[in-house]
Amino acid sequence: MTNTLVKKNNTGKYIAIICLALVYILAILLDNFLPATSFTLMLIPVLQKGAIYALLCVSMNLLNGFTGLFSLGQAGFMLIGGYVYAAITIPAAQHDSVYQYFDSAIRFSIPEILSNVIGKGPGTIVGVIISLIIAGLIAALFAFLIGFPVLRLKSDYLAIATLGFAEIIRAVFQWEGLGAITNGSNQLRKYVTLSGMELNFGSFTLELGTLFLFVIVTVCVALVVLLINSSYGRALKAIRDDEIAAEAMGISLFKHKMISFIISSFFAGVGGALLAMFQTTIQANAFKSAMTYEILLMVVIGGIGSISGSCIASFLYIALSEWILRFLDEGSLFGLISVPFFRDGFRKVVFSVVIMIIVLFFSKGIMGDKEISFKGIGGLLTRLKNKKKKTAPAAEAVSEEGEANE
Amino acid sequence: MRFPRGADPFGQRIYSLCSKSFRKEELCKMSDFISANLPYLLAGISTGGQYALIAIGYTMVYGILRLINFAHGDVFMVAGLVMVYVSAAFGPYVAIPVVIISTMVLGFAIERVAYKPLRSAPRMSVMISAIGVSYLLQNCALYFTGGLPQVYPAIPFLAKSVTIFGATTKLVTLITPVLTIVLVVVLMLLINHTKMGMAMRAVSKDFETSQLMGIKINSVISTTFVIGCFLAAIGSLLYFSNYTSVIPTSGGMPGLKAFVAAVFGGIGSIPGAVIGAFIIGICENLMKGLGLTAFSDAFTFVLLIVILVVKPTGIFGEKATDKV
Amino acid sequence: MSNVLHVENVTMQFGGVVAVNNLSLDIPEGKIVALIGPNGAGKTTAFNCITGVYQPTSGLVEFMGKPMVRSTPKGKMKKQYKGQNKELYSSQSVIDPNPDHITKLGIARTFQNIRLWKSMTVFENVLIAKHMRAKQNVFSAIFRANAKEEKRMREETMALLQEQGLDKFKDELATSLPYGLQRRLEIARALATNPKLLLLDEPAAGMNPQETQELAEFIKQIRDKYNLTIFLIEHHMDLVMKISDYIYVIDFGSKIAEGVPEEIQNNQRVIDAYLGVADDDE
Repeated sequence: MTNTLVKKNNTGKYIAIICLALVYILAILLDNFLPATSFTLMLIPVLQKGAIYALLCVSMNLLNGFTGLFSLGQAGFMLIGGYVYAAITIPAAQHDSVYQYFDSAIRFSIPEILSNVIGKGPGTIVGVIISLIIAGLIAALFAFLIGFPVLRLKSDYLAIATLGFAEIIRAVFQWEGLGAITNGSNQLRKYVTLSGMELNFGSFTLELGTLFLFVIVTVCVALVVLLINSSYGRALKAIRDDEIAAEAMGISLFKHKMISFIISSFFAGVGGALLAMFQTTIQANAFKSAMTYEILLMVVIGGIGSISGSCIASFLYIALSEWILRFLDEGSLFGLISVPFFRDGFRKVVFSVVIMIIVLFFSKGIMGDKEISFKGIGGLLTRLKNKKKKTAPAAEAVSEEGEANE
Repeated sequence: MRFPRGADPFGQRIYSLCSKSFRKEELCKMSDFISANLPYLLAGISTGGQYALIAIGYTMVYGILRLINFAHGDVFMVAGLVMVYVSAAFGPYVAIPVVIISTMVLGFAIERVAYKPLRSAPRMSVMISAIGVSYLLQNCALYFTGGLPQVYPAIPFLAKSVTIFGATTKLVTLITPVLTIVLVVVLMLLINHTKMGMAMRAVSKDFETSQLMGIKINSVISTTFVIGCFLAAIGSLLYFSNYTSVIPTSGGMPGLKAFVAAVFGGIGSIPGAVIGAFIIGICENLMKGLGLTAFSDAFTFVLLIVILVVKPTGIFGEKATDKV
Repeated sequence: MSNVLHVENVTMQFGGVVAVNNLSLDIPEGKIVALIGPNGAGKTTAFNCITGVYQPTSGLVEFMGKPMVRSTPKGKMKKQYKGQNKELYSSQSVIDPNPDHITKLGIARTFQNIRLWKSMTVFENVLIAKHMRAKQNVFSAIFRANAKEEKRMREETMALLQEQGLDKFKDELATSLPYGLQRRLEIARALATNPKLLLLDEPAAGMNPQETQELAEFIKQIRDKYNLTIFLIEHHMDLVMKISDYIYVIDFGSKIAEGVPEEIQNNQRVIDAYLGVADDDE
């Protein structure tokens, strides 16, 4: 990015596009054509959840890694996003069964309305996209309101204040008084989930859940990458590096912190909504500060200030904790030797020890503040091809989301 | 503080108390009110005392390392679990000293392992390390308890029932504030009149200079952690005596609230933390008395944000200016 | 001759410590003015009052004839100022003294202890200073709707780096440069904000005599080239005497002398307060 004189090299772009296409094709294959073995049954949810957490990590990294704001309000914004999404996509007919103890205030469902206009399949998909955007916008609105008091605070005060806000939001969403919207402390369910993303072609139904999720996450992460590489992104990094110098160079601290906070919360809201889609039910009580901590730890593992690091770490983290390290909980090693202390919860202990080791001894995480660069890979390939020619070393990263999605 | 009129009888009572026409009935009502709400008030003072004991740990560590020790609440929880397991094996009276000592050792170990290597790292890294420790402690607790709530043993003399002003309560409710104040006074004496206390004050004023003046930073910091954990252990004995069980996450909320108390009173100031803790404890329990239990936790954080916006340095905090 | 900056009776207190006491000074357009004084005399604090980092306890700072009036905290200054100059206040011609706002109006500064953005390259360091005047909002920036603007910023930055002789280091990390070049980069960064008044806080600190010599030329050069007014804090007396048109001397926060270099060199109070100390110092 920094090098203005680098020759236009499109190899990187092509590689990125090819990788993305491969990932998308894989997503379609997994959902529709591959036989449902125990392997794919594990793989699909891990990929889905990994993608959602990738988005959540990236949105947190935008604040913590790129703006230097130590905010711990992530769970709160996810909660808002998830609830808003759920509330506006529950089919109208289902309201009475979901809101058992309350008189539901929202009596419409955006995907349903659109389905009536442009047909069931596409209507639902477009409706869900609109609902996701609304969910993000409302989370962003909250961020805007919360930002006024808290963004003037210094690092650790900011952390504790945002943590407090997340707790307040959690309490408010469980409050009976808002039951008509939030269903009190009961869960919301029966809204449109990932399995509702499908297109009918006559008798054949094309499942699009995983693909839909991947596309949304790719677009969101790409937007964050575009922001970071823009003039505003540079200003945010300047604030992170030295607030006083940034201010002296005419960068309004409050305005830029607010921008970062709002955008981060928007994506946290979208991420929360996606999580709601993935989980099929949502309950405010689950959005505790532990959830924020978990995302923060993923960001640290990937490297604070690296988007590709965040993506890799979230897939790795989810795959390890939900799948590969399962054996630690199940009492035996590879099903052969039974180990007495392998029982429920041991996986998490091992996991947190590993995290502590990373935090203490590899504080840069997987990627540090570097990015995987398709341009770099492209440059490498070109160099391998024509060894005689000297090629300028390719500069820093551009969009690399596809890589992380694998 | 103002309560919405008409929303509840209590609010109206307050309102009429504030009006100038004091009649006899009102006084009767007041005594009614007191006896009706006394359990909450007493519980509030007691919870406040318990929060104060935790809050001191936060405020002292913050004063010296400028670190929010997110793991402190979990240390408190671990103290509760140790009590459960040890007293099951050896009875409560053996368990008490074991709990206190093991908590102090835990605090010392956490500091040495998780914070000392990061002395020169950015503040955010240390905070992340603290969050990591908190995560580790919770997961270990989850592993050992199997996720089941562990019934807290009754310490016979604390669990005794007493009746004051017609309100029945456990003895622990009355002991807590007294014990808290005694401990705080002792701690203040220690800090103001011993060599170690002087070193602590020096380190909290200026970390680097005191290092140059030959103060052994590491031993001062360790002492701070040990004292903080000692008080947290006492706090946990008192706190869990009021509740029936310990779960891996039961340290989180009291920990956060104690931290809020520390911020409220002005972080770094011990009397501030104690007063803040009492205020929060009492407010929280009065909220419960008003039937707003769902908001008793949220209220604490509202209080936090209000204080941060109005007076970021807290009630007793010192103003610091950044050097440019 | 018009004054770019007018400082009137500014006092800055930190608790009981009076860092700047009743300081008044004027900086005429197009001149190089120096502020000198022994260590701890309050020079940097005075700079911080001018650039809005600190809010003076009392007194008035005017830039291009517009007073700076703080609206927060608690509207203290505003109220005070309102009482004294009601008609002026109502005429919308006041400056909100936030550092970024002041920079936008045309005061740029460097720092005594260099404050470059550590994780960024030389090129980015200057480019970011252009951000303030970029004609784009967040959305046009994200969606690359205004590529021309970005291109213009890059070209201007490149041109500025070439003028300052920093172009060969443009892709290096700012902090990997030698000390002297870091100082020069800080000046380049300040110039990138298109200032009218440039405040230099000890630009020659840590430089050897030859570098100081070059710096003197350099300062004069940039003044002429960019039509700047320059206000600097400096300890190197030869530099100060050589380039300054006017000098203010402060000690213990108060002004003890002012005048052209010859006057200052012969002023007994200055010699007592400053030069004797400075000899041990340097």
